[in-house]
Amino acid sequence: MANLESAMRGEELAAMRLRVLFRRYGYARFDMSKFEEYELYSRNKSFLASDSIITFTGAGGRLMALRPDVTLSIVKAAPGGGPPRRLYYSENVYRPRHAGREVSERMQVGLECIGEIGAYEMGEVLMLASRSLGEIGGRNCLCLSHMGFLTGLLRGAGIEGQPGEQLLSRVGDRSESEIRRLCGEYGLDGGFTEKFASLAGLYGPIAERIYDLRALSVNGETEAAIGEIEQVCRIARRLGAPGDINIDFSIVNDMNYYSGIIFQGFVEGIPAAVLSGGRYDKLLRRFGKFSGAIGFAVYADMLEGSRGGEDRPDADVLVLYGEGDDPLEIAAAVRDIADGGESVCAMSEEGDLKYGRLVRLSERRGAGI
Amino acid sequence: MSGPIKIALPKGRLGESVYAMFEAAGYGCPDAAEDSRKLFFESADARVRYFWAKPADTAVYVERGAADIGIAGKDILLEHSPDVYELLDLGVGRCRMAAAAKKNFEDYGTGPLRVATKYANIAREYYGGRGREIDIIKLGGSIELAPIVGLSDVIVDIVETGRTLIENGMEPIQVITDISARLIANKVSYRFRHAEITQLCERLTAV
Repeated sequence: MANLESAMRGEELAAMRLRVLFRRYGYARFDMSKFEEYELYSRNKSFLASDSIITFTGAGGRLMALRPDVTLSIVKAAPGGGPPRRLYYSENVYRPRHAGREVSERMQVGLECIGEIGAYEMGEVLMLASRSLGEIGGRNCLCLSHMGFLTGLLRGAGIEGQPGEQLLSRVGDRSESEIRRLCGEYGLDGGFTEKFASLAGLYGPIAERIYDLRALSVNGETEAAIGEIEQVCRIARRLGAPGDINIDFSIVNDMNYYSGIIFQGFVEGIPAAVLSGGRYDKLLRRFGKFSGAIGFAVYADMLEGSRGGEDRPDADVLVLYGEGDDPLEIAAAVRDIADGGESVCAMSEEGDLKYGRLVRLSERRGAGI
Repeated sequence: MSGPIKIALPKGRLGESVYAMFEAAGYGCPDAAEDSRKLFFESADARVRYFWAKPADTAVYVERGAADIGIAGKDILLEHSPDVYELLDLGVGRCRMAAAAKKNFEDYGTGPLRVATKYANIAREYYGGRGREIDIIKLGGSIELAPIVGLSDVIVDIVETGRTLIENGMEPIQVITDISARLIANKVSYRFRHAEITQLCERLTAV
């Protein structure tokens, strides 16, 4: 049956469903240009997933860049405060699929909520992230970490700056042996070494793992982070977030930009995160805006082939006509079938066309249709 | 539940000794020793499927999800930074990544240091962290030759016993890091097969 969905590729279908989902919760579309001044990205390079950026010289000799990221453009245009502004986008970005590889055009769909952000807004965004994974289909999971917990634990251990970043990076690798080696190098006491090692291995549904997380708490900062995780997940569930949300501190983002909950979404069969997001108040501050912000992006290009019409036939019906057949008779046959709601293609030979059923014009004529 | 756990093993001595560890941990395959030319071998009972890959490529198979877990040297992980979890230090294949030079070499720091290596990123990171300007000379093998024929001032390479260096009138001048074989996991497989992979790690640790 030919309909709107059957004409879409997997990523287009997912993007459309996500846009419908976001609009249902009051998110307005944000449109933007394909390029920005390069300076916007060069000043915030570590916020970007990759530092490979395609640049060109614009009018007036300004260095421009094909947009490698959407959030920076939205933050630049966002107001400094006030009630939360809910925006969604569906745009192509230009960055490598894998670190160190060639830049490619990638489709990204996401949302941002910027302004006075409270627990409700965080819960809503988490619910939308969870439901976005549901729209993609298949077995999926949403995993949650908290930058406040990570920075609180580092502060408790008396580690800051580059050593702290290195240690978090090893937690992100789940590399217990490297964590122990680094903690030894930094002269950390055994208790903190065990906490960092345990954190790297901590994974599972929040209801099951929250007690393990509490055992790793060391100060008010880590306590507050645990409280926020529990509260936000409760709100997300009340709003209808399907499935479990897992605690997963291998999700580590840049401490200079992210400040609260951060999360990633995974779909079985797609070998990397398809969704990534979190609270990034510190990025806003770099733009001189002192309010809150949270959002996420779905990397729709990774869904290519996972859903949609790629394996469906090119047409439901092939109308096969002969050399001497009357074009008006072919047209009448095609119209009858198309009006009946099926997709149809008329050809004088089958060629490579994939079709559901075959109608020979000569047989149709013989049957008196 | 989706099929057996796919495991990428590095071809060669290291892969064989790691497979012996898996076997001792209860993940052996009856047909493993039958035909050494076989690319795959599988145990339905242990729910594992192994395949052999070039040692430098196992991390690629894991990162892209063609394997759920695999074995890679720390040198490969440092050089290519694949987006994978590094779950265990298996304690085999131990060696060092080191800078080496001809005996009595002294770096006066008057110009860029010429560094011959297969590991350009490790060398760049190491010397960059020390503020030393370098000129990387990327070679595919026989790295020790470079200082002897005047192609480079130093080399950055894996040193096992140091005997090859000594035989060629060279010596290690700085140890950059210790190297050993690591059990790595695809980040999505880890989440969807958490119980199986965690159990496998625990059994391997107990060997």
